[in-house]
Amino acid sequence: MPNHKKKNAKALFALGNEAVVEGALIAGCTFYAGYPITPSSEIMEVMAARLPRIPDGAFIQMEDEIASLGAVIGASLAGRKAMTATSGPGFSLMQENLGFACMTEVPLVIVNVMRGGPSTGLPTSPAQGDVQQARWGTHGDHPIIVLSASDVKECMEMTIQAFNFAEKYRTPVILLIDEITAHTRERIDVPGPEAFEIFNRSYPSVPPEWYKPYEDTMRGVSPMPPIGSGYRHHVTGLTHDVMGFPTQQPEEIKSLMERLFRKIDQFFPDIMLVEEYRTEDAEIGVIAYGSVARSAHLAIDMAREQGYKAGLLKLKTLFPFPKTYVDKLAHRCSRIIVPEMNMGQMSREVKRVASKTTSVRTINRIDGQIITPSQIYKSISQG
Amino acid sequence: MSDVTELIHHYLRHNKKFPHVFCAGCGHGIVLGSLIRSIHGLGLEKDDVCIVAGIGCSGRIAAYVDFNTVHTTHGRALTFATGIKMANPKLKVIAIMGDGDAFSIGGNHLIHAARRNIGVTALVLNNYIYGMTGGQCSATTPQGANTQTTPFGQMEKSFDLVDLTRAAGANGVYRGSVFHVNMLDRLVSTAIERPGFNLVEIISPCHTQYGRKNKYKTAVDMYSWLKHTCVKREKYEAMKPEDRKDKLPIGTFAEHDTKGLEELYADLRTSLCPQPTEAVEGSGK
Repeated sequence: MPNHKKKNAKALFALGNEAVVEGALIAGCTFYAGYPITPSSEIMEVMAARLPRIPDGAFIQMEDEIASLGAVIGASLAGRKAMTATSGPGFSLMQENLGFACMTEVPLVIVNVMRGGPSTGLPTSPAQGDVQQARWGTHGDHPIIVLSASDVKECMEMTIQAFNFAEKYRTPVILLIDEITAHTRERIDVPGPEAFEIFNRSYPSVPPEWYKPYEDTMRGVSPMPPIGSGYRHHVTGLTHDVMGFPTQQPEEIKSLMERLFRKIDQFFPDIMLVEEYRTEDAEIGVIAYGSVARSAHLAIDMAREQGYKAGLLKLKTLFPFPKTYVDKLAHRCSRIIVPEMNMGQMSREVKRVASKTTSVRTINRIDGQIITPSQIYKSISQG
Repeated sequence: MSDVTELIHHYLRHNKKFPHVFCAGCGHGIVLGSLIRSIHGLGLEKDDVCIVAGIGCSGRIAAYVDFNTVHTTHGRALTFATGIKMANPKLKVIAIMGDGDAFSIGGNHLIHAARRNIGVTALVLNNYIYGMTGGQCSATTPQGANTQTTPFGQMEKSFDLVDLTRAAGANGVYRGSVFHVNMLDRLVSTAIERPGFNLVEIISPCHTQYGRKNKYKTAVDMYSWLKHTCVKREKYEAMKPEDRKDKLPIGTFAEHDTKGLEELYADLRTSLCPQPTEAVEGSGK
């Protein structure tokens, strides 16, 4: 964890959205392309002011979200750590290029500040309606990493984490934030970059003529040279062989697709991030993420005061789904409650894992209002 | 080895990439040749060139040439190219697109790339048709032409790519044809060399999908049509209006020397970032 006493630390009274920018810059992000959309626009505005002040920094406001993700992919191929931020409708527009990034293994970060939907829905109200869109929004079979943040400090930390995962596994990473977290202003300490472990994509160590851009390695992740560095290769969204050229050979297709899944699957323990609160002796488990996890945290304290043995499992990684933690909690608890600001997008996953061992109850809210601690407490106390 | 063979060996990818997907008589191979001669003539290093292509027949050019090549999503080549150019302004970024790619699905990106004057060269291979998907109409299919989706003749008007790009503010706008190869080489070279956004519309006919439905049954028919239809811009402008009918001017249509967006951005960065004072070379201290 960051050592906040370092001399480069600064204190900020920041919005969640502003904290995302701090995290991105600490992680080494030097490229941002985006299109304004509430409630994510502050990320873009702060980036526009910050990036031209750093060496090689580049910011561009594109004509739409499709173009934004296209530019981000281009910049990442050219060697930059690149990101974009959007909200539900914009995220939908990005889905085709997101599929391209999965297929071509381009590291990048997409922050989706969720608002109420569907359609233009509730631009300034919170929701958690894009959880399954983040997992399954694009076309075809592919693994993906989806993270979430529940407070301003976490917005910074999880953005760094998102870049680290993106670079480590050569994959797009989606960070889901809800409108409450994005627009809450809190004091946070921003330590210098030396306080964090920062990952960079690996660079080929072989001469260009030996380089295979999509070679299978132990980790399933091949090195990635920037465009223009001498390692000329072909990047295509078509199913490709290890040299990057289009192929229709079943064996080559199979090994590509299996490697794409394996490179994420085999690192489940590294990727699955959760926080547990008073779960050691819990009999009633609450599983929450995003701002709802903060309400749940307070609800656990309220319940404990009244003698209910409740505990919280806060999900910071939503996909790949942290099933081992959920399974463990399910074995410990007589009942699990999943509060979320949608009609059950994560509780569906929880039920899939836990419903054989325990009962799963949901609290769903889709009226643009937050889920309060007392609402969760009520569900805990009603045996 | 002859000069041509040398160019082929130097610039084309031999491992696995041939035979190519183009039909016999397709103009895209001529464009590929023109592209290579232009890059060679300008003396560019292979590593300094990045080819970004969209989807369709024209998009496949990227796989054959030994540069940094990116085969993107349909209509989005210019967005990828914009990101690459902003991230590394030293690269010569060339986007190869078809007419559908650049002006139908990617029309918005094209006018914005022209407006923001990003330092990318766009080659639009206009064959008036969606070739790879089986011959449906595009935004450039002439009124009255028959295609798979206009079996009773195209009723919509078509875009004039030159007018549209010029109006959107591109630094350079050119039109060439695969029949007029020497001129095409000059236009492509100029477009690659110049600052800002430069577009070359290249009439590259598709006799397989467009010709056979529109009275040009063979490749030869299409090329003789090109020969008689395309006239130099200067000559075209000197013609009487009634003679201009059925003629297509080719040549240079706009040429400005405005700095590209990536250059303006670099200037901004220099003005904002305090530069460390550099030691004077050879000062001897």
